Amino acid sequence: MGKVVLVTGVGRPLGARFVRRVRREPGVSRVIGVDTHPPADPLGDAEFVRADIRQPAIGKVLAEHAVHTVVHMDLHGTGLTPGGGGRGAVKETNVIGAMQLLGACQQTPTVGRLVIKSTTSVYGSAPRDPAVFDEATPARSLPGGGFAKDAVEVEGYVRGFARRRPDVAVTVLRFAHILGPAAESPLAAYFSLPVLPTVLGYDPRLQFVHDDDVVEALRLAAAEPGVGTLRAGTFNIAGDGVLPLSQCARRLGRPTVPTLLPAIRWGGGALRAVGLTDFSPEQLRLLTHGRVVATGHARDVLGFTPLRTSAETLEAFAENHGLGLLPPAALSRAVDRVAGLLPGKPAPSARAAGAGSEEEVRRDG
Amino acid sequence: MGDAKVIPFDDDRGRPRGAAGPPDGQRQGQHQGQGQHQGQGQHQGQGGKGADRSPAGRQTPARSSTARSSADRASRRPPLTTVPDQGPGEAAGTGPETYPGQDSGHGSEEGLGKDQATSAAREPGPAGGDGGGGLLQRMLGAGWEEQAARGLAFLRRRVTGEYEVDDFGYDEDLTDQVLMSLLRPVFEKYFRVEVRGVENIPADGAALVVANHSGTLPLDGLMLQVAVHDHHPADRHLRLLGADLVFMLPVVNELARKAGHTLACAEDAQTLLERGEVVGVMPEGFKGLGKPFADRYKLQRFGRGGFVSTALRAGAPIVPCSIVGAEEIYPMIGNSRTLARLLGFPYFPLTPTFPWLGPLGAVPLPTKWTIQFGEPLPTEGHPPEAAEDPMLMFNLTDQVRETIQHTLYKLLVRRRSVFF
Repeated sequence: MGKVVLVTGVGRPLGARFVRRVRREPGVSRVIGVDTHPPADPLGDAEFVRADIRQPAIGKVLAEHAVHTVVHMDLHGTGLTPGGGGRGAVKETNVIGAMQLLGACQQTPTVGRLVIKSTTSVYGSAPRDPAVFDEATPARSLPGGGFAKDAVEVEGYVRGFARRRPDVAVTVLRFAHILGPAAESPLAAYFSLPVLPTVLGYDPRLQFVHDDDVVEALRLAAAEPGVGTLRAGTFNIAGDGVLPLSQCARRLGRPTVPTLLPAIRWGGGALRAVGLTDFSPEQLRLLTHGRVVATGHARDVLGFTPLRTSAETLEAFAENHGLGLLPPAALSRAVDRVAGLLPGKPAPSARAAGAGSEEEVRRDG
Repeated sequence: MGDAKVIPFDDDRGRPRGAAGPPDGQRQGQHQGQGQHQGQGQHQGQGGKGADRSPAGRQTPARSSTARSSADRASRRPPLTTVPDQGPGEAAGTGPETYPGQDSGHGSEEGLGKDQATSAAREPGPAGGDGGGGLLQRMLGAGWEEQAARGLAFLRRRVTGEYEVDDFGYDEDLTDQVLMSLLRPVFEKYFRVEVRGVENIPADGAALVVANHSGTLPLDGLMLQVAVHDHHPADRHLRLLGADLVFMLPVVNELARKAGHTLACAEDAQTLLERGEVVGVMPEGFKGLGKPFADRYKLQRFGRGGFVSTALRAGAPIVPCSIVGAEEIYPMIGNSRTLARLLGFPYFPLTPTFPWLGPLGAVPLPTKWTIQFGEPLPTEGHPPEAAEDPMLMFNLTDQVRETIQHTLYKLLVRRRSVFF
């Protein structure tokens, strides 16, 4: 008889993917997916239980199926259904849902392992912060609101739970920005804009993690520890390498519009009002100061090495979502045309074309 | 400063004499330096004459003293002496006997160059075959084609985003190609920085460069970065630690990150040292940067000595560094506290020219700088718990501080004038 794994937040594609993956694990006999809405993606032969983690009923589900491992993935910045409930409902699912789930876990003696999908947003982002956060770095400016604050509060409750139930192995995975086919994140929405508004005078450093790596990290954390690894604690999960926002925009072929901070605040509010993108204050802060985390702890202790670097993740995202108005290949050709105009080399194109391409280059550079 | 009159070193006595000497002798000295750079062709063209001259040039006191004081520098790039810096082509055009061409194979073009006098002399010759290319070459100088090709390759990398940035946002490509090229003229032509003892920075592994801080605006940090970047034999890059104000200001923070600077905090310094980087820190901070002109070259308190414990933890040697000349670029005779508080800056400088002359007043005075790197102070011998020992911290901090202060005094005594 193998373990029973309960996964929350399977209504989203990433949750469903993780359920399908963990079902194939050797030691797992049953997988139960929980969400308020039936999953859009198939769960395979896992069972779906329609339950609201904000209600005490979740405790009954845990006890009924003698759940051993709980993977809490229902921690999100946006609502499950588009436009449903707004920020208040999201916050309630995040915070009250986590509290109820932790309370239920505490009541259920069979629970032996808890995995929380958190975010690196808990570090905030401020100019006074160190350039690279590791798991022990205290945030100098705690996130003031929004999803990041929810995550900070949830992590606080999780620490409390870990104190009360020392027999449960608790793992908190702080993921950098998830980009990939299954993930819908505010940053992915931002990168899908035809023109990227940026904050004038700031070039934030960003890190990404691919869907595949998210699923793999969660799978590792939910499994029994192998030799020389420890599956409890807090770990940063991010692809290797760092890309400044300007570089991301160039690789995605999307022109940027540097905007003054007050203007972008106002414009962001307007965009959010028409439902184009979620330009929350915390995202704006991220786009101002950026955030980079150290991933050495996950490598050494959890034994997790991301398969894709940040740059590869962005490349995969660009393949899925298509390039923007200024694809890098076209710009590269434009530069080649200019280079062709140099004497001493064959000059195939007319001077007019060269001038046009130069203008194009100048617009971007 | 009053020290301008104190000239005790033979080094400095020699220099004015050399400059005041007959112009012929000066020309000889320069000619000799040129011969070292251009290699064999020169000697072939000149025959016995050049051979006669070189010992004479060596006897000129100015020549020998500069060569001694900055021997390592002269071997890599043209020395920054008081002799006006002239390109090799230009210098060659001034006298017919010093016009051998770049190599002896192009006799016909040599004749053409003589007719057109100095303007054509800049043109090295062989590539000036077709009319358009020749014109461009005359306008843009030698080797412009490669420069253009390199510039376009750089542009291609930039527009397509094909470059690497490290965790701290250090953009080596941009720093090498653009930022350093912008700072280099300031370093070489404006402040005429003399770099001494740069080999005290180890060729590999971590090191912590501790320097004094002055000049109202942190130009000394930037010059220090250029000094290490351009003069270190192992091409090391200095990673400076900056105040949090740097990372709050728009545009400045972006450029600082791309130039490899990061916030002056123990975590970042530790991470950089563990990665084996050369980290530069100015522990005086704003106390040193914004001190009144009357206090120039008096080192302020060295923070709380955090840099010593960071170096001890990482086992990195501490390289003391003294910068002379930065104090006088903006003589800060007053401080408008009200304006400073209003703008959120630690001080608001009032200099004889700023803010009275507007933006013109913000041009720094063209002082002559010296950057001297001292003997590295090893930190490896200490036990691991030493980083927590406050007494040892204070001792090491004082040792570093004294070294920098004494070197500053020595350099000041040696200095002839603030501007030359």
